Amino acid sequence: MSKMKEKKRNEVWEQMWGDGLGRAGIILLALILVISIIGPILFPFDAKDVGTSAAQIMEAPSAEHILGTDEMGRDVFRELLLGARVSLFVGLTATAISILVGALVGLISGFYSGFMSNMLMRITDFFIALPVLPMIIVLAAVFGQSITITIAVIGLTSWPSTARIIRSQVVSIRERQYIERIRALGAKDSRIIMIHILPNVLPLIYANTVLVIAGSILSEATLAFLGLGDPVSVSWGTMLHYAFVTGAAGRGAWWYLVPPGIGIVLVVLAFTLIGHTLDKIMNPRLREY
Amino acid sequence: MSKLKYIGKKLMQLILTLYAIITFNFILFRIMPGDPIRLLARSGAISAESIARIKELFGLDQPMWMQYFIYLKNIVTGQFGISMTYRQPVSSIIAERMANTVTLLAVATVMIIIIGIGTGIVAAMRRGSRLDKTFVVASMVGWSLPTFWTGLLMIVVFGVFLKIFPISGILTPGMQYATYSQVIMDYAKHLVMPTIALIIVDMAQFFLITRSTLVDVLTEDYMLTAKGKGLSPKKALWRHAMPNAMLPIITTLALYVSLVIGGAIQVETVFSFPGMGKLMYDAVLKRDYPILEASFFLMAAVTVTANFISDIFYTIIDPRVKDI
Repeated sequence: MSKMKEKKRNEVWEQMWGDGLGRAGIILLALILVISIIGPILFPFDAKDVGTSAAQIMEAPSAEHILGTDEMGRDVFRELLLGARVSLFVGLTATAISILVGALVGLISGFYSGFMSNMLMRITDFFIALPVLPMIIVLAAVFGQSITITIAVIGLTSWPSTARIIRSQVVSIRERQYIERIRALGAKDSRIIMIHILPNVLPLIYANTVLVIAGSILSEATLAFLGLGDPVSVSWGTMLHYAFVTGAAGRGAWWYLVPPGIGIVLVVLAFTLIGHTLDKIMNPRLREY
Repeated sequence: MSKLKYIGKKLMQLILTLYAIITFNFILFRIMPGDPIRLLARSGAISAESIARIKELFGLDQPMWMQYFIYLKNIVTGQFGISMTYRQPVSSIIAERMANTVTLLAVATVMIIIIGIGTGIVAAMRRGSRLDKTFVVASMVGWSLPTFWTGLLMIVVFGVFLKIFPISGILTPGMQYATYSQVIMDYAKHLVMPTIALIIVDMAQFFLITRSTLVDVLTEDYMLTAKGKGLSPKKALWRHAMPNAMLPIITTLALYVSLVIGGAIQVETVFSFPGMGKLMYDAVLKRDYPILEASFFLMAAVTVTANFISDIFYTIIDPRVKDI
């Protein structure tokens, strides 16, 4: 079984690399990961290294500050490198929560039928119908500003799509004969779910997961931009928040506005490209194009 | 189940969902940390009499279940309480802002649907061509753009450096108008940049869904039949392919509404456009909970209603949904 899986994994990888957009996504992501790990070590950002005169505030790029300075006279380039970490960290952890909750809800509501399972489905349908951004704004405004809350809010609002995909697949597997036979042999429900159902369901959500990461990173940036991020940690979203509220746009301080945005676009684009290619590979109906 | 019965069932579901949203709101804004009286008084130094008076005024002295029923009654009759910052009824503040947002979203949505579906058709008809590939990559880049940042960039480029379009508000402050058409022109000018920002970011969804469903449909046997009958590609597209591709596009509309409401919050914030989105942003900054609560309720209500309408549309035009 493991050999077959290995072969399949190689196949997926080959197809991913063979697809122009997929390869672009992989290279982009690898580049961003390397930069976010090494960047802040080579060019550490000191939040207390503020400007001492008005001329050092939102200063245009120069040899000393290759991307100029921010509203407190700090180096935008170094800030940018550090910001990559928070954006990626929040995106990945929020996705982990989202997938965990989505998988759990999908498995339980798909495997069992009855009141509990019905309720879970109703809750999924309820949350899927709500507008995402207004909901995370309200939750973040009510519960306060910290990285933990940002992660929780994004993770706990983005799971319904995962739950739905998993549920519909579990329902179709549940009725198959081999499950019936395993049950007749006396296997416990938890064993059936973990060993016989989960492995058949997971490949379906790979693409979805990668796209959820992209969405979570965008959500974090938007929340932070609207002033609902952790005020002390540096992320691309908080940089843009401070740039906006201190009037960088009106002053034409493009060096403070453009780089963090490009950072967000490149990370989200990398995950989007990978996600769409994965979807094409995993979903044979679309494979032709 | 007949179509009518199905629609009735969906309507019941809509009402239940709206009720659930109201309850969700009630719970959410009452479990939040902090004391509403402190928040309202904006100070810790407040006498016991004042506290009692505020409690009575806002019905906070009633038991929780009573507060819940009063809350339900108020929402149904369109009363959302009093804003903490404007000290005015929330409903009248929202009424002032609503028209601007509706105008912005209506203009943007019409353009997004036309351009999104149009480019989707072009790409699907020339699948694999350079044009198709360019469109696909462009749509993924558009999809990855944060809406607020797109707006900020446009302000820097077109507002500050090129000075082509105004960067904030809906009317130029202090401008004297001679005729109504001048007012409309000024309003339209202020709409250009927020609308374009929304189009760039939110068009991708329509493009991608149109393209992929059309590509699917175009390979069906009946399209070959249509070709065999001697129909021109154009006629075959409009008579046979598009009606079949419409269903997934209609389903997308519901998702789109949720997306574009989020987009409106962002562009209105960036362009200081006095609509519902900007109202919500200001309410976040000032922690004006009654406004936040009402804006969220309205946005959620619009989204679930859009879902309902797209469901109904789907039922009406899909000939297969006769008996479910």
